[in-house]
Amino acid sequence: MYEKHIMICGATGCLSSGSNQIAEALTEELESRGIRDKYRLVMGGCPGFCEVGPIIVIFPDEVFYCRLKTKDMAELVEQHLIGGEIVERLLYKGPDVDAPARFYDSIPFYSKQRFNVLRNSGVIDPESIDEYIMRGGYRALKRALEMDSQAICDEVKDAGLRGRGGAGFPTGMKWGFTNKAPGPKKYIVCNADEGDPGAFMDRSILEGDPHAILEGMLIAGKACGADEGYIYCRAEYPLAIKRLRTAIEQAKEYGFLGNNILGYDFNFKMNIKEGAGAFVCGEETALLASIEGKRGMPRPRPPFPAQVGVFGKPTTINNVETFANVPLIVREGGAEEFKKVGTEGSKGTKVFALAGKVRNTGLVEVPMGITIEEIIFDVGGGIQGGREFKAVQAGGPSGGCIPQDLINLPIDYDSLTQAGAIMGSGGLVVMDDRTCMVDLAKYFLSFTQKESCGKCTPCREGTKRMLEILERITEGEGKPEDLDTLDSLAHSIKDSALCGLGQTCPNPVLTTIRYFRNEYEEHINEDYCQSGICKPLFQYLIDQDNCTGCRACVRACPVEAIEGEKKEPHEIIQDLCTRCGSCIEKCRQDCILITRVGSEADVGN
Amino acid sequence: MSSEAEAAVLNQDIDLSQVDSIIEPYLGRKEMVIPILQKVQEHFGYLPRPAMEHVARRMRIPLSRLYGVTTFYAQFKLKPLGRNIIRVCKGTACHIQGSPKISERIEEILDVESGDTTDDLRFTLEEVACIGCCALAPVIMINDDPHGRLTQDKLKDILDSYE
Ligand SMILES: Cc1cc2nc3c(=O)[nH]c(=O)nc-3n(C[C@H](O)[C@H](O)[C@H](O)COP(=O)(O)O)c2cc1C
Ligand code: FES
Repeated sequence: MYEKHIMICGATGCLSSGSNQIAEALTEELESRGIRDKYRLVMGGCPGFCEVGPIIVIFPDEVFYCRLKTKDMAELVEQHLIGGEIVERLLYKGPDVDAPARFYDSIPFYSKQRFNVLRNSGVIDPESIDEYIMRGGYRALKRALEMDSQAICDEVKDAGLRGRGGAGFPTGMKWGFTNKAPGPKKYIVCNADEGDPGAFMDRSILEGDPHAILEGMLIAGKACGADEGYIYCRAEYPLAIKRLRTAIEQAKEYGFLGNNILGYDFNFKMNIKEGAGAFVCGEETALLASIEGKRGMPRPRPPFPAQVGVFGKPTTINNVETFANVPLIVREGGAEEFKKVGTEGSKGTKVFALAGKVRNTGLVEVPMGITIEEIIFDVGGGIQGGREFKAVQAGGPSGGCIPQDLINLPIDYDSLTQAGAIMGSGGLVVMDDRTCMVDLAKYFLSFTQKESCGKCTPCREGTKRMLEILERITEGEGKPEDLDTLDSLAHSIKDSALCGLGQTCPNPVLTTIRYFRNEYEEHINEDYCQSGICKPLFQYLIDQDNCTGCRACVRACPVEAIEGEKKEPHEIIQDLCTRCGSCIEKCRQDCILITRVGSEADVGN
Repeated sequence: MSSEAEAAVLNQDIDLSQVDSIIEPYLGRKEMVIPILQKVQEHFGYLPRPAMEHVARRMRIPLSRLYGVTTFYAQFKLKPLGRNIIRVCKGTACHIQGSPKISERIEEILDVESGDTTDDLRFTLEEVACIGCCALAPVIMINDDPHGRLTQDKLKDILDSYE
């Protein structure tokens, strides 16, 4: 028996802030004291709060330590593990708490969250099937195996589960189509391609709780009459793939995969396919082509995958998070529980990857219907550096931005669509007054333009023309008629593109024009980018009243474009300045101003 | 990379028996070409033309179709890569935290464009969309090491630490 379980976050975020070194230091410390055997160390899944990583959580005490350094380990062992006293210095501190916070419920980041899908993440060892089973795992599968296929579909439909991969199609209904499709051979596919650049929910679920995905897929298999599954995972997620392989081996050993599962007349075989780096392969028909070893090009629907899917057979394809919800619903009384959370049209919770200029970045799971304000200010702790909130981008390159005015919008599938964005996969990127909305639109469009597979003309050519216009605007060559041209191109592409990639890729442009038209007009008519991003459209000036003459910017400038004596206000030589922004990174007085080209030093903006 | 440097590497001998042992378990299963190519690339570091021709022949897939698949997916490389791979994250979080400035500075320091390899084969510079540590944006990954919360002035030292 162990005295304590020590969970060290081993997800990508914390690994990059050094959790491996922390684990080594801790192990060494325990070994040198000869007490290594008393503790169970687990490199676990993600507790979500990547901003303050590396993180260690100690059970059963439920103490959350963060921002750890290797040199903290001796104290942690001495004072907490041996002495039984909490090391206050290493607890969470921040402007949002009065005193150092001990555990989840006293840390504001967690207080509005509700863990369904992430229930096991950071709590169990993702490489141990026993721990998954101890937390109630595979019980829903057993129940499903005693149910009639259609009854499972109906139960999931009745719970109100909608697909978490983007479009929000009712999952039970989708299963029903596959179940009714004729033929003995059917497939279940898990879409783990997670293409949205700036989102990593699916990855954390795969890394933190892989058995939940397997169980969800098995239940879907029973509901649809399928006996084989594919998990299509991005090759960029090696850890997720490794954990899935381990989970599959364990499930086979325990009789959850294979023939006559748990003694019932139900067989299931699981395969993993690694993607090879193409955003469009997240689109379901392209994904199916890719599984078959072809170029991942989408095809028109109908026929839908439920009729003609992998290798021409009826196929149900769902997102990772969708599958992770399934065991919660299908267990005894689960559907009723599930329905209690959420809004009329969107039940349950949603996992978001909260990133950008928000203080608390990381992975959050919140009830559907929570407002943007609550997510950004309560969970997210507000904007970094106390700057001004400008907008949040929801749904990645297929989504749109939601401005400050709509901060009270409750988030669900329908409200987001109305605002011009989409739920998408769940990326939420927060932007402040230093983010240029025209540049953002250009960024997303250049992404989709590169990823366009080239099969249909509206998407292939249309995105290119739109991108050219945006490039011109950000270079100071915008024309007054550009906005109308963008608008009309955007609508033609939306109406005529073959697949979801083309149909949704104009959204970031349309929403930024809708909510930030003034910024576009400023770029076009006044040659000014107020956020200081589009290089030809602004200049830096040093605020002569506040510059203390510390020379930090002089040293930072790679082209020697700043001059000035120590303790005297410095000045920028505009002809030399390349607007690389090195000085702004270094100035502690916040006195590098973004101004219109040609303004004079003392005039400011 | 200059054309001479490229020619030197491209003319290396390619041991096809290795390719054979990769293909063996999948013979006759055309849907497995992507995993095969992934393994061939893992072995050689890229997809040499002779290896491609060999896969095409043994799998009875037209070479043109094989190249069709290869060029569709970003993962496949037709040219040899440098000893160290720099991946600059071009995800949304990194973009708004200034990744364009980071890649500009790296291009300047190494005198290489994104997607290309330095003449001494020391670095290949690539872009990726989201490494999954957006909390640390802007992020670059060199080989398997992520470097987060970057500013332009940290880059030189980081790059210098790779041989
Ligand atoms: C361009 C494009 C990219 C997509 N990328 C993903 C993705 O990365 N992950 C995902 O689950 N669904 C993605 N989808 C949605 C899928 O086509 C599909 O609707 C989804 O996997 C269905 O699962 P769900 O019903 O559980 O949401 C994408 C769609 C489009 C058009
Ligand atoms: S956007 Fe760069 S790590 Fe996610």
